[in-house]
Amino acid sequence: MNVLIEEKTDNKNGVTIFVEGEVDVYTAPQLREKLLPLCQNGKTVYVDLSKVDYIDSTGLGVLIGAYKAQRATAGRLVLKGVNARIYRLLRITGLHEVIEIEDRKQEDGKV
Amino acid sequence: MKDQPLDSIDLTIPAKPDFVGIVRLLVSGIANRMGFSYDDIEDLKLAVSEACTNAVDHAYSGGDGDIEVNCNLFGDRLEINVIDRGHSFDVNEVEQRTGPIGFEPSMNALRERGLGIYLMKTLMDDVEIKGDNGVIVKLTKHLRKNEVELHVKSPASYPYR
Repeated sequence: MNVLIEEKTDNKNGVTIFVEGEVDVYTAPQLREKLLPLCQNGKTVYVDLSKVDYIDSTGLGVLIGAYKAQRATAGRLVLKGVNARIYRLLRITGLHEVIEIEDRKQEDGKV
Repeated sequence: MKDQPLDSIDLTIPAKPDFVGIVRLLVSGIANRMGFSYDDIEDLKLAVSEACTNAVDHAYSGGDGDIEVNCNLFGDRLEINVIDRGHSFDVNEVEQRTGPIGFEPSMNALRERGLGIYLMKTLMDDVEIKGDNGVIVKLTKHLRKNEVELHVKSPASYPYR
């Protein structure tokens, strides 16, 4: 019932944030604190969600905030490791048309 | 819909972000016991979290209060009431502001909040929101027929056979 957020700086490519665990009303503020400061210098920010087993509207809200900040500074926000479950949420909310998605995981995330 | 639930399970949590995950555990356990599919269980977890998140954020304006989660188990469906005793709100007004994000959103239209009610309505079979002396959100999810049949043979089926 927790979240682990790790930051890795890729040389030229930008910054990758690895998120692991559950992103909800309790943990979303931690993600926001890590993510938003990186969205200020126009660098590409990758958010790797492959280890996320739960995300809801509070987490999507953080991603939307990061996307807006990136757009304001001409940077890119790219989601990676999006599983079928998360992709479904992105599709329902219309975010899949807005936020860039790379390497969608094809398996359905069943345990 | 006047039938009585076969069983009821209640949980009361403080209206704090810390405890919404516990409600997810409860609901996922119950839904699993009833034989819901993996996807339906995930949908139930999400919907109940959204209801609790709204209560945490809006019900008590930072003060103390509780959220009551009341799960009613029927043979063909699960009904979950998420109840707070805080501030009511104008349900119609709030519902008008919810919905998916448009294809070409202006910066202002890209909301960071307000997706919760829309998600609940999309993922549940029925969502009733009553805003009077607190807020009651009633979420209903039906067991799909093939799922019920699928689980009749298994000892884990609900109700016990």
